[in-house]
Amino acid sequence: MTSPIHDPYAKPGALTPAGAEPIVRLEAIEKYFGTNHVLRGCTLEVYPRETICLIGRSGSGKSTLLRCTNFLEEPTVGTVEVDGLRVEADPLHARSTDHREKIRQIRQRAQMVFQEFNLFPHMKVIDNLIEGPIRVKGIARDQAVATAEKYLAKVGLSEKRDEYPARLSGGQKQRVAIARALTMEPRVLLFDEPTSALDPTLVGEVITVMEELAHEGATMIVVTHEMQFARESADRVYFIEEGTFVEVGPPEQVLDSPRDERTQRFLSRFLVAPATKPAPTGPSADELFREQTGHLPLH
Amino acid sequence: MTDSSSPGAATLRQAEAGGLDPIVDQIRKARVAERRRFRLIFVVTWTIVIGVVVGALFAAGKIDVGFLAKWYEYILGGVYITILVSVASIAVAVVFALFGALGRLSSVAPVYALATLYVSLVRGTPLIVQILFIYLALPQLIPATASIPVLLLGIFALAFNYGAYMTEIFRAGIQAIPRGQIEAAGALGMTGPQTMRRVILPQAIRIVIPAIGNDFIAMIKDSALVSIITVQELLWRAQRVGQSNFRSLETLLVAALVYWVLTIAFSIVQERLEKRMAESDRRI
Repeated sequence: MTSPIHDPYAKPGALTPAGAEPIVRLEAIEKYFGTNHVLRGCTLEVYPRETICLIGRSGSGKSTLLRCTNFLEEPTVGTVEVDGLRVEADPLHARSTDHREKIRQIRQRAQMVFQEFNLFPHMKVIDNLIEGPIRVKGIARDQAVATAEKYLAKVGLSEKRDEYPARLSGGQKQRVAIARALTMEPRVLLFDEPTSALDPTLVGEVITVMEELAHEGATMIVVTHEMQFARESADRVYFIEEGTFVEVGPPEQVLDSPRDERTQRFLSRFLVAPATKPAPTGPSADELFREQTGHLPLH
Repeated sequence: MTDSSSPGAATLRQAEAGGLDPIVDQIRKARVAERRRFRLIFVVTWTIVIGVVVGALFAAGKIDVGFLAKWYEYILGGVYITILVSVASIAVAVVFALFGALGRLSSVAPVYALATLYVSLVRGTPLIVQILFIYLALPQLIPATASIPVLLLGIFALAFNYGAYMTEIFRAGIQAIPRGQIEAAGALGMTGPQTMRRVILPQAIRIVIPAIGNDFIAMIKDSALVSIITVQELLWRAQRVGQSNFRSLETLLVAALVYWVLTIAFSIVQERLEKRMAESDRRI
């Protein structure tokens, strides 16, 4: 076992209980697709109840890094630790029973929400939710249903309990997908561009659910282009380019006054996040909106 | 949606009140009439052609009606065996195909090799040779097989053959399941076999059901081949009665007609089934 490599930027978030250790550690993750070097030594630590956003242009490696966390992609080199469970990348023995069992343990603890929802189309909403708890965790059906109903209510879709996914809108599908991940009662949630496949008018309802989760203290790693969400909810933002972290820090630093020229160039494409913003003198537009309406602006 | 002030809403109200230009209704009526005429001509053509052929046969005195009256019940008794053989064979073939497809998709070399060997061997030899081999050659190898009823041998031979063809259909069906489904199951923590059983196969089955239906219709006709190993189905009975009385024209006509009616009937069932599935796909 190599000694742990630490993320120099990580520090316990505002909601992290005192003395808690990081719940996710990605240590010097390297990933090659063939000869294409996609991740070049990414080290990242997430403390309990933190929300971390990974941002960067498409092809920068942010989704790959997230998918390395639950081994949907086997890292070429590096170590992943989730909730005390350490797994070293082992691409040559990726199919061994032992390695796969450890990965399954990690996946139960780190649930993923996909860009394309990936609900099971042949199952009703409720069956989508209880499938994992029953088959993977071996939970009794009654108990799984009760848990599922609780989280379905949380995402505001109790009345869709017995619908098939095809009858739902994109935003509803993604909220069901979030409920499916929550019903597994994971230690950390992984979001892989959860709003990128959505019609712009449906993004808001999904972001609202995610913000609620973040503010309640769920541990989340979010790959996203929603800068508004990152600014509102992230404890830290990691800007990744060509497989390395170029700039890391609290959102107001990375998003509002980025130091690196590459970060500035990337952010200049987002109207909601001006690369150079004057020092805030009063409440932001969002804060004013919230004061007046009691909720966040929909995107 | 129903914003009364928008110009679109006005048109909508007009349409609902039936106030559209009369030409729209005329066009619709003309289309319906044309479709009806087309169908009528279709039916008339069939009736004329079949009527002329059958009428000519009777008129020429080529059909011995008395003979048919005596034997048709015995021949039609074979329909039951034909359907039994077809249903049983397609059911067993589905099992062969399922294992064949899993083998063809396996990354375990010997499993893949065996599945590929099965498909290659069966598809590379005539069905009639396979049937005769199981009936005549197998008892030479394993004498105990001589005591197996021919009905079971026939069902096995047909299932073994169709299973190989359906293996490729099943494989395609399994491969048609989007990668995201497999990833979602994996991300929940499901094992490979769980993913296959709970997520991939239930969706793949829906994809291959129309193909199974087509194969079933083909099976009804190919089931006639087991008459050669004395399974007493429709063709065997027609042959037996026909040959011994030198009346094959009558008996083969009856057999052909019955196969035809059966395939038409099951095609209609198949069509209905597909339509229903397409509807539930819209729902699901």
